[in-house]
Amino acid sequence: MSVDLATVKRVARLARLAVSEEEAQKMMGELNGILGFVEQLSEVNVKDVEPMTSVTPMVMRKRADVVNDGDKAADIVANAPSTTENFFMVPKVVE
Amino acid sequence: MTELTKLTIAEARTKLTAKEISAVELTDAYLAAIEAVNPVINAYVTVTPEKAREMAKASDARIAAGKAGALEGIPLGIKDLFATRDVHTQACSHILDGFKPKYESTVSQNLWDDGAVMLGKLNMDEFAMGSSNESSYYGPVINPWKAEGSNQQLVPGGSSGGSAAAVAAQLCAGATATDTGGSIRQPAAFTGTVGIKPTYGRCSRWGIVAFASSLDQAGPIARDVRDAAILLKSMASVDAKDTTSVDLPVPDYEAAIGQSLKGMKIGIPNEYRVDGMPEEIEKVWQQGMQWLKDAGAEIVNISLPHTKYALPAYYIVAPAEASSNLARYDGVRYGLRVDGKDIVDMYEKTRAAGFGTEVKRRIMIGTYVLSAGYYDAYYLQAQKVRTLIKRDFEIAFANGVDAILTPATPSSAFGIADEDLASDPVKMYLNDIFTVTVNMAGLPGMSVPAGLDHKGLPLGLQLIGKPFEEETLFKTAHVIEQAAGTFAPKKWW
Repeated sequence: MSVDLATVKRVARLARLAVSEEEAQKMMGELNGILGFVEQLSEVNVKDVEPMTSVTPMVMRKRADVVNDGDKAADIVANAPSTTENFFMVPKVVE
Repeated sequence: MTELTKLTIAEARTKLTAKEISAVELTDAYLAAIEAVNPVINAYVTVTPEKAREMAKASDARIAAGKAGALEGIPLGIKDLFATRDVHTQACSHILDGFKPKYESTVSQNLWDDGAVMLGKLNMDEFAMGSSNESSYYGPVINPWKAEGSNQQLVPGGSSGGSAAAVAAQLCAGATATDTGGSIRQPAAFTGTVGIKPTYGRCSRWGIVAFASSLDQAGPIARDVRDAAILLKSMASVDAKDTTSVDLPVPDYEAAIGQSLKGMKIGIPNEYRVDGMPEEIEKVWQQGMQWLKDAGAEIVNISLPHTKYALPAYYIVAPAEASSNLARYDGVRYGLRVDGKDIVDMYEKTRAAGFGTEVKRRIMIGTYVLSAGYYDAYYLQAQKVRTLIKRDFEIAFANGVDAILTPATPSSAFGIADEDLASDPVKMYLNDIFTVTVNMAGLPGMSVPAGLDHKGLPLGLQLIGKPFEEETLFKTAHVIEQAAGTFAPKKWW
């Protein structure tokens, strides 16, 4: 399988990456190189093989359903580019 | 002063305990070395001298009070991937511009709880994506090693290139690192240092910037095997904050050093002989087998038939997980924001400006292989192949093999800005051909220096163990180290 320029632009849009025409062209070549490399996986016989979901056979540990942390709104917004009264500020989403 | 930076962690520990030296003296010696050498090596992206002196002073007080921890007064460097409270934490990316977390990663907190001193944050490939440390927003790290008679600057490997270079150039006593496909073991091999990626689940991932969550593991890079054992003992823990942290007690790894190899079976996988591998790598591998045989181990040939599929499967699984993990960098909660005409435009411009080329490439691959219509052909197929890779190892271990010996890398350190590698991303990816299988199977893997090539550059051997049997790796690596010696670069800086 190989990707064309339209696919590169569509994937960039899905990934929320602005790309110029020139970048998209360059990416197309590189992505096709990598996809060509991983293509060899299709020759592996995976009949009756379960896909791996965890490297160690373990049951995921669950936390107790209790409040054990909190009251740190100021810490949470401390690194945000734009805040007001402990809210994250973003461009207007709803008209 | 410079003599102090030559001490291994074990040696410094003895001198500190005997009060022959103080933690403040030791820290000052490292800070002076960093000031003199870092402008050339670029291993640190941030140095924290005030914090270091304050921590060292507290260490001296605890030593005086007879309350010294396991790493009391030992100055360490921390890879920029670990969250350190109120200190630069950017995964060496522009998109985390100015990020100073309000919390501490579990691994670094464990080190501070044992009395270690933080010198600063270490350079790395952006978001740990790379094998040469050239994708860092803060510029490449220069390998302290140079080929004999050459002035060419070499890469220290990656992604933990700053960690490996700082340890090799004696700019810290030891360093934290992380390994998703070889990012501890390959730079350790390129710099003549020791690096171990423990079993998945041994070190908590909490507070480590995520790259590929099912593959990421933290581990130390150190000057010798004993120091690596001392560091891993402190870094590893059972952590309720990481649901994949395994509920097993942390053994005393140092106690394994010096134990006999008699009766051990060491597997040699035939599939690790790859086309175009330099003769010298084969030679050092043979030498390693002989050393282990001389120590009483039995060498057996094994087959890991799916080895060649590990790297292609990795380049589906890792980018897929990365594209999901890196979705959080959108200019809202932390780091860089580039304004746009609406919120989507803001996201797209922020991410375009904040991520480097290699990171974007992997996000694109990951997004593509997870997108509608391609999931089964790529991602599901790769996860099935991953099951087969793990099964190869399980069969070898079930047949009585205790550990596996392989080369660590297919070459010694290469040049900065290598045109051949820069023009073809897949060629760069091939650096991890021997290390990536270990991450895919979640096993422990260790790189130990085994000799120098004809250019005078270090070569490493890799040991692969059963899950949670890091002790076997430490005792086996120590035998190699006893035979091969330790390696330090000639000072040119």
